[in-house]
Amino acid sequence: MRRHATTIGRALALGVALGGLALADVVLVALTAAAMVLLTFGLIFFFMPTTRLIRRRTMMARRLTGRWLGVEVPPSYRPPPPPPRPQPDGWYRHERQLYKTPRWPAWNNRLNWMFTDPATWRDGLWLFLNPLVGGVLLLLPLGALGSGLAMPWYWAPQAAPLGVAVAVAGAASAPWLLRCYAWWNRLLLSPTAKSVLSGRIRQLDRVRLEVADSQAAELRRIERDLHDGAQARLVAMGMMLGAVEELVDRDPAAARTLLAKVREASSTALTELRDLVKGIHPPVLAERGLGDAVRALALDSPLKVTVTVDLKARPDSPVESAVYFSISELLTNAARHGGADRVWIDISTRGRTLRVTVTDDGSGGAVPSRGGGLHGIERRLAAFDGVLALSSPPGGPTTATIDLPYALTGLEPVRPSMPRWKLAVVGLGWGLGWLPLFPQGLVPMVLKLTGQDVRSWFLALHLPEPWQWPMIVFNIALGLTMYGLAISLPIVHARRHPAREGAGPDR
Amino acid sequence: MSSRVVIAEDLYLLRDGLVRLLQAHGFEVVAAVESGPELLAALTTERPDVAVVDVRLPPTFTDEGLQAALAARRAVPGLPVLVLSQHVEQLYARELLADGSGAVGYLLKDRVFNAGQFVDAVRRVAAGGTAMDPEVIAKLLASTARHQPLGALTPREREVLELMAEGRSNAAISQRLFLSESAVGKHTAGIFGKLGLTPSDDDNRRVLAVLAYLGAARG
Repeated sequence: MRRHATTIGRALALGVALGGLALADVVLVALTAAAMVLLTFGLIFFFMPTTRLIRRRTMMARRLTGRWLGVEVPPSYRPPPPPPRPQPDGWYRHERQLYKTPRWPAWNNRLNWMFTDPATWRDGLWLFLNPLVGGVLLLLPLGALGSGLAMPWYWAPQAAPLGVAVAVAGAASAPWLLRCYAWWNRLLLSPTAKSVLSGRIRQLDRVRLEVADSQAAELRRIERDLHDGAQARLVAMGMMLGAVEELVDRDPAAARTLLAKVREASSTALTELRDLVKGIHPPVLAERGLGDAVRALALDSPLKVTVTVDLKARPDSPVESAVYFSISELLTNAARHGGADRVWIDISTRGRTLRVTVTDDGSGGAVPSRGGGLHGIERRLAAFDGVLALSSPPGGPTTATIDLPYALTGLEPVRPSMPRWKLAVVGLGWGLGWLPLFPQGLVPMVLKLTGQDVRSWFLALHLPEPWQWPMIVFNIALGLTMYGLAISLPIVHARRHPAREGAGPDR
Repeated sequence: MSSRVVIAEDLYLLRDGLVRLLQAHGFEVVAAVESGPELLAALTTERPDVAVVDVRLPPTFTDEGLQAALAARRAVPGLPVLVLSQHVEQLYARELLADGSGAVGYLLKDRVFNAGQFVDAVRRVAAGGTAMDPEVIAKLLASTARHQPLGALTPREREVLELMAEGRSNAAISQRLFLSESAVGKHTAGIFGKLGLTPSDDDNRRVLAVLAYLGAARG
């Protein structure tokens, strides 16, 4: 009871605050209308300040909806245009015009950005309707409460019960109407599915570009390493073998020395190739998967590393590789910069998310922008929607957390589908359950109770008198059973056949 | 009587080369196979005196060979196995040494180039000893570098420790370092004293103790 009272009181107070704001929006509406009239005369200079003003107001509405009403409303605007870049000759181009300073191109870009963004127009629609919608939804309960309580005085004392009923209804509906207002805000102020998608596409475009970039750089590095390393050594070996061929009859001793050199060169070439392969895709990762590869990494590290792995399935190979190299980089950082002695690596999964935490007891103070390494990790992970979170207060300890939300694609729960007869029963229940329950069960029951003499198409009422009640009861029971089966069959099926995970266990 | 060998290697040229090399040094090659399942069958039916196994084998091209070797050693405890690989990992070395019965080798494929040393390693494993690649030992020592008692060793003692960990006998170490056998014995005693291990006359037992010590030190 007390809880209800506080809920209602809070809803009324919030309603007054937000409702007052909504009514005050009338001023803003008038300003906007004036700006629009000027716009039709070609005075576009008023467009941007007005839009900015409206955006400030809607941002406030989003914030308040989130904080007071508990409904998150994310902003829906497109990212602002980048600052214009000069051409090689120092001029700034916008469409077919050239400008000396970046001021006008920037202004044009911003105008274009605001004008073409659908969110601008949805903001405007919200602003024009908000005084009305907000006023009705937020101030109606208070009005009902007040007028209900005042009813006995200005109308008639007999109306007191009605007045109390109106007041109670007004107070009780306040929280509910407040929620309706939150939905209204969300409807117009949050991003549409389309703008969410286009934002995602923009982000994917950027990531794709970065991935292609770093891949090309990687290939160039491999090419260079092969060219200067193994390839050059093979050429030298070929030449030495040629010399051996000539020497073998004339000077067997010299030939033997040369052969020893050839063997040495082949061994060096192998070592170089081994290192190169390790940098591309470590063999132990290919052979054993992420868990053992990280254990091997831990064994080779000069630090005391504790590794715990809880992996139910092997992630895709590119994901494994990205995580492996990220962990390797974090370990190197801990040893080189952090001055750590001990490191704890934890690899775990929750649902389809792969989480890695690397904690060390070093001196802390790591920042992503300082070394290229941490930034490199972020870039590597971005390709898989992964993020790196770093907590490194001065004095330590440093904890790096890697989250890859969709790393485990094989873990889609596979629920065995129901046999066909069960599906048919469920369909029949939902589709026809109403027929025995309502027109052939409950309605004739009401008719019989009230003593009306209507038979119409009610089957039970056409039967002889003693059979009418049993038929009605049977129909009601039949309808209830059909609905009951339609609801319970899938539930029982799900309980008997729990969802299986789609991939085999990690070795 | 010559030792009976099983060889598992998927590259034809290398397999053929290994067969020729070992036959030339007086081994009897009883089976030369190219996949994991074949290897396991050959090891458990032929019971060779020693097996030379590549880590990566068909059908999965992962660590098929290593798994087959470990499985065979579980079925036939102490079955001598020399594992060859393009890369060496402490992780695999530990798994091979884990049962503590010795008679294992773990070498880079490059070591085949030096026929004498390679055949020596095969003989050592066949006799129940160990043959660890210098690179494994180097990694092991590098990652235990900050460990206190190891820091107390003299450079000479460290060299002796490295060779000992590879699985070499005192005689072999003395040859390698151009020392007398008694000098090597003195160094060995010094190392065991500093590390707090009980000395043993048996070469194989000694090597296993050192490897276990290094493994435990890095924890």
